[in-house]
Formats: sequence, C-alpha cells, structure tokens
Amino acid sequence: MADFLYQLLLSLDATLRIATPLMLCAMAGIFSERSGIVDISLEGKLLSGAFVAATIAALTGSAWLGLGCAMLAGIFMSLIHGFACITHRGDQVVSGVAINILASGLTIVLGIALFKRGGQTPSLPREDRFTPIEWWGVDMMDSVPVLGTIYRQLISGHNMLVYVALLAVPLTALILYRSRFGLRLRAVGEVPEAVDSAGISVTWLRYRALIVGGALCGIAGAYLSIAQGGNFVREMSAGKGYIALAAVIFGNWKPLSAFMACLMFGFLEAATTRLEGVALPLIGEVPTQLMLAMPYVLTVLLLAGFIGKPRPPAAIGRPYHK
Amino acid sequence: MNTALELKNVSKSFGLVKANKNINLAVEAGSIHGIIGENGAGKSTLMNIIYGMHRADSGEIHFGGQKVDVRSSADAIEHGIGMVHQHFMLVPTFTVLENVMLGTEGGLMLRDGRGAALERLLHLSETYNLQVDPHALVSDLNVGQRQRVEIIKALKGGAKVLILDEPTGVLTPQEADQLFEILKVLRDDGVSVLLITHKLSEIMDITDTVSIMRQGEMVGHRKTSETSPQELAELMVGREVLLEVDRKPAKPAEVRFSAKNLGYTNAQGVVELEDINFEVRSGEILGVAGVSGNGQTQLMETLAGMRHLTSGSLNILGTEVTAADQTDPRIIRDLGVGHIPEDRHTHGLVLNFEARENMILGFQDTELAGSGKLFDYKTIQQNCEDKMAHYDVRPPNPRLNAKNFSGGNQQKIVIAREFSANPGVLLVGQPTRGVDVGAIEFIHKQLLELRDAGCAILLVSVELDEIMSLSDRIMVLCGGQNVGIIDSADADRQTLGLMMAGQRQEAAA
Ligand SMILES: Nc1ncnc2c1ncn2[C@@H]1O[C@H](COP(=O)(O)OP(=O)(O)OP(=O)(O)O)[C@@H](O)[C@H]1O
Ligand SMILES: [Mg+2]
Repeated sequence: MADFLYQLLLSLDATLRIATPLMLCAMAGIFSERSGIVDISLEGKLLSGAFVAATIAALTGSAWLGLGCAMLAGIFMSLIHGFACITHRGDQVVSGVAINILASGLTIVLGIALFKRGGQTPSLPREDRFTPIEWWGVDMMDSVPVLGTIYRQLISGHNMLVYVALLAVPLTALILYRSRFGLRLRAVGEVPEAVDSAGISVTWLRYRALIVGGALCGIAGAYLSIAQGGNFVREMSAGKGYIALAAVIFGNWKPLSAFMACLMFGFLEAATTRLEGVALPLIGEVPTQLMLAMPYVLTVLLLAGFIGKPRPPAAIGRPYHK
Repeated sequence: MNTALELKNVSKSFGLVKANKNINLAVEAGSIHGIIGENGAGKSTLMNIIYGMHRADSGEIHFGGQKVDVRSSADAIEHGIGMVHQHFMLVPTFTVLENVMLGTEGGLMLRDGRGAALERLLHLSETYNLQVDPHALVSDLNVGQRQRVEIIKALKGGAKVLILDEPTGVLTPQEADQLFEILKVLRDDGVSVLLITHKLSEIMDITDTVSIMRQGEMVGHRKTSETSPQELAELMVGREVLLEVDRKPAKPAEVRFSAKNLGYTNAQGVVELEDINFEVRSGEILGVAGVSGNGQTQLMETLAGMRHLTSGSLNILGTEVTAADQTDPRIIRDLGVGHIPEDRHTHGLVLNFEARENMILGFQDTELAGSGKLFDYKTIQQNCEDKMAHYDVRPPNPRLNAKNFSGGNQQKIVIAREFSANPGVLLVGQPTRGVDVGAIEFIHKQLLELRDAGCAILLVSVELDEIMSLSDRIMVLCGGQNVGIIDSADADRQTLGLMMAGQRQEAAA
C-alpha cells in the first residue's frame, strides 16, 4: 500500500512536470482565443521560445537572460501572427500553420549555423539552468508520515518555472474575469462590434492579447530547454502546443478547466511512462502508443460532441471589418 | 435656433458606391429629428460617420457650434454622442451591467468601478423608465429589454445627441410606444434625438423635424407639422407612392391548406403550439396576428417543415401530413408550398453566395439550374437577370453577394424566387420587416396579384396595419393557441388588441 502511494506520488510529480509547458501554453491560448484569434501557432511559439532560451543561455551563461529573450521571441512570433490576421485580416489558421513551419525550420537552420551540432544547442552547466528549489523545512517535515513525503516530492523541489506556471492559472482567471482588460478581451472575442462601438480599438486589444500569449509561450519554451532539460533539440516542442490547444478546447476556454485538462493530459503521459511494459490485471499490457494518442483521441471525441459541447468565443476566426 | 449638431458637405464612398454625397444637416438642441430614406439610401452610413465608426472622406462635423474631428467612437462619446445601432451591439454572454460598463469601467479592476456603474445604471433606468435587471444575462432578455440596455449604454456618458438607427424594426407596437415615451422625456431634458425609421406613422407621431435621403443625397428637410406621409414617401422614392393597398374582395375557391388540432412541443417539453385549426382557400390571404413570441415563428416553421409537428395533422393540397411523417422542408416544398421565412438572413438567403445562386436556392434540382447534372451558369445568370428586372432588385447585378444588398433588396430576392415558382400555397413571414415604403408598396401589390391568381396565402406579421390591409381573414395567436379567426371586415385595432391579449372572440366582440 505504501509502495502504491509512493508510486502514485511519483506519477503526480511527473504529471506536474509534464503539465507545466501545457499550462503556460494553454493560458496563452486562452488569451488569444478569447480575443477572437485562433491560436494554432502555440506550437511554433513554444519551439522558438525553447530555442532562443537555450541559445541565449549558452551564449551568455545567464538563464534569466535566456528566459527574457525567449519571451521576446514568443512575442515576436505573435506579432507576425497579428500582422497577418489582425492588421491584414488573413486567415488565422493558415497564418498559424505558417508560423509553426517557420519556427520549425528557423530553429534548425539557426541552430546549425550557430553551434554546428546538427540543430542542437550545447548542454548547459547546472548553474546556467533553472534548478529545483528546495522549500524551507523539507528535512523537518520528513519525520511526518505521508505529508512529509508529499511535501518533499510534490510541493517542494521543482524549478521556478513550474511555480510560475501554477501561478499563471489563477492570474489568468483573475485578469480574465476581474479586470478591465479581461472584460474587454472577453467582449472582443464575442462581439467585436460592441467593443468598437464602445470606443475601444479592436485591433490594439487583440494585439495585446497576442502579446501576452506570446510571452507565456516563451516562458514555456524556456522551461523545456533550460529548466526541465539542459539544451535545445530539434522539434523539442513535440506537439505540446497542440495538446495545450486541445486543453483549451477541453476546458471550454476557461482557465481553471483548461488547467485541469492539462493535468489530465500530463497524468496520461506520466502514466504511460510508468506503465510501459507493465501488465495490468484484465487488460494486459497497454500499448504505449495508445496512451500517447489519448489526448488527441479525447479531443476528437469532445469535438464530435460525445463528451459535451464546447462553446467557443462567438467571433473566433472572424477578422473584424468595420 | 440652438444647433446641437451640424454636418457640412459630408461625403463617403465604399469603393464605387457613393453612400453619402455632400450631406448637409442641422439638428436643433432638444428636438426629435427624423431621418428617412429607402433601403440603401445611406442613413446608417451617415449616422456611423457622426458616431465615429466610419470616417467621412470629406466634410465637416460641428458639435455645439464647434468643428470637431471625430476619429473613433471614443471621440464621439467624449463629445456627447450616443448611438443605438441598427443591429444590437451587446455581448450576449455578459450581464446587463457588464455590457453597460464596457468602455467605461472606471479602473484597472472591475471592482473599482462596478458600484458607480451600477448606481448610474439604476439612476438612468429610473429617470427614463428603462426597466431592466442589471444582473440578468443579456442572452436571457427579449428584444425590447435589449433595446433598453442599448439606450442606457448610449446615455451613460451624459449624451447630448442620441442616435437611434431603426430602433422600432424589431419591436412590438407596445414596445415602440414605450420607447417613444422615453424619447419625449429625453427631448424635454434637452437631448437631441436623431431617429431613423421606415415607418412614416412614427415620423408623423413623434418627430419635430424630418430630413429625407435618397440614393446618398439629402433631398429635403421638413417641419413635421408642415408635411404629410404622402409628401415624405414621394420625396423618398422620387415618384408617387400608394400608401394604402387597393385590395379587391377575395374570391375564395377550394381549400388548399388546412391544419387540424395541430400541436408542437419542443425538445425541452414546452408546449409551443396547441390545438391549432384553420383552413386557407385558393384565392385568399389568411393573416396571423399576435404579439411577437406567441407562437407565430413556431407555426411558420412547423408548416414549412422546419420543425416536426407533434400532434394533429396538416392537409397540404390534398396530402395528409401527421406527426408520424418525417417531413422536411424539401418534401413540403415539393408538395407545392412556397416559403418566405421570417428571418431572411438565416433561413432565406446564403449571404455569402451570389444573388444568382440565391435565386435558385431550393430549386437547384429544377430546370432553373439547367437541364444537365451540373449547374449551367448561363441559365442561372439569365434566370437571375430576368427576375431582378421583373422585381426591380437594385443593383441588378447577379454576381453580387447577397450580403451586399440592402435589407429591402435582399427581401426582394427571396420574394422573386418564391413568387415566380408559382406555388399553390405560400407561407409568408414578416415580408416587409426593415423594408422601405417603396418596396413595401411593391411587395404588397405582388402578394395581392398572387392571391388573385389563386394562391392560398398564410401571412404572419407583427405589423397590425399590414395584417389588416392585406388579409381576408385574420387568425389571432396568443400563448401558442388560436384565439379565434375573424373576417378582416370586422377587424379593428381594438378587437384585435383584445384578442391578442388572449380574450376569446365572443367576449371581445
Ligand atoms: N461597409 C460597407 N462596405 C461597402 N458598402 C457599404 C458598406 N456599408 C454600406 N454600404 C453601401 O452603402 C450604401 C448605403 O448603405 P446604408 O447601410 O447606409 O443604407 P441605409 O439607408 O441605412 O439602408 P437600410 O434602410 O436598409 O438600413 C448601400 O448601397 C450599401 O450597400
Ligand atoms: Mg441602415
């Protein structure tokens, strides 16, 4: 029993680590999608963030500088998206896909040009990364049964960006539902005409939403390459941007629900690694591929209306014409 | 004269369309100023320029004697302009209060300004008798209530000029009367009201002055007390207009369409139609009157096959349809029923399709689309050109997307399509909603011609005048039930009003 608990704890711990970039990207997706802009380019922004973070950290030896530049890179990608589909009213999906392709190609080309390692960046020494933070009193708590272990494994011992991601969720909810910016953001995603008629610029509002989203994706990218890992590898984002988008849809464009969806997807992946090669009673050995496909399968089922009906922002995907 | 707002030589083009040409307009402080004009005359464009939603290509705007530069709605609001748009600009998922706060939140966090906003809202709603629950979701409100929210929004910043673009188009007559009471109070408070409407009776009743637009130009200004509906209609259209329909007595023949104990219960189990009985004969028009929301929409959609009746039966040109039959609009259409839907945007047209394609919608399997398996665009084009000429659709361009026609001309496309199929039975919903007097005259004439050619017509309209002047017999709905059917010769506003309130015919008469 104790062993099972310990295993579960380790799985939850892994869940949190896997879910961190998903949470950040999902919050980014909520900002842009709630403003009425389809954000399929989460993936590309995540990838660019990861590359820039690792590159800058490798060149300057500063994780913080890497993080800052990753955020700028995410914002830059967002601005391209905005220029195409807010300013020029282009198709938002096409623009998003273009950004993903751009990011995927550009990170490899630049990576090879800069470091000549086949697209990888050099491995960072520990002190140049965001390292796990021991919380106060972990050793003291160890004497307390169960709680002590939970405290040590689950709550303490993550790197700073995990806590940033956890903070981003209530913060997003707070901004979205309690602030002036959030009110306007929700309005512009539903009825942009109403926002225009109230004397607020639809264009600038949507740009701001994309900028916030770009910064969040940049943080997520930095997490991948200079916190969770120690360098950048080609295609490092590996579909996490898409999963985050799925989480946004799963969570019905609401921060807390999307957060739960991220945890669920994270748990599925964590469980996959744990269950590899393990035969379960009745079912037998579960193919890893099936587990990895679960987020996508669930999303398809949701979109097909089996799980519930998502209610996207009414004006999503529609360029605003006066 | 104390001028609140003055426009000098304002012009605006959209591509090749000159929507406004050298417009001059002066509005006195503390007056109600009407603006009328045909569909597409440029009224909304002009109002949007004043409110900063569009920028004029040239010309000047003066507020309170001072020339101002209105670059956005924010500027206009600052200068004391409020506007209620032709289409509601409300966020349905927000509460009334949130909608009112939008743009004037009063602080970075909503908490900071909520109290003050609520106070202002309640104050306005009390002063002008605009009753609405601040915490209700807008999606739960009916159109009359939504309009009140729009007015509160327009007034919240202390507007000195209030623009209302066709506010009564979607209101019931009672709601419209309430609105006019509010406008009078505003006028007495010194607010200038700019009112756009297609209903000349409203212009005559409530405005002090009126300006007439035609094809982008201002063709006249009148004092309301010194003009007549006849003169206004002629100025608008540029020719003589018959305001009264000339209806000859009907010559009803065989029954073509009847309903027996018809009922409709929706998916949530709410009974929306109950025990409806009627018959429509060849050569007559049966009008359906009622306060909107009393089952008219459900009735039309059930008859047209868009919903399945849940009890009773229909007889359509000899074919019996019961609840057990899985009907759909296709089957009903093939029986010889034409349908002009109440909402042309969602059910009558595909807005992003060209006019010529819309002209064969529902008839795409017939000769109109050519004889082969594929569309023959020559035939389709020709068909559209002919019908546009016959029904005077403007501009007569078959390649224009339906959404780029003005409301009246969109309606004419639907009417041209349905009328020329020569249906045995015709269901007509709100044929003249948002349509100008010239087009109304035309549509009414066509309806009567079709009747005299032997068509059995069922007409639903919220306009009592329209029902009374076109129908041979009138059925009144209240709460989804048939209150009674009376001869239109016996119908006056009083009787119908009582019946619409649910009093049975015997009691009312
Ligand atoms: N955004 C736009 N782009 C292109 N053309 C437009 C636009 N808005 C209006 N128009 C055109 O300008 C002309 C005037 O339109 P407007 O909406 O001002 O008419 P209106 O008098 O308000 O008509 P209605 O009574 O039907 O509301 C029409 O020919 C219309 O097709
Ligand atoms: Mg208009």
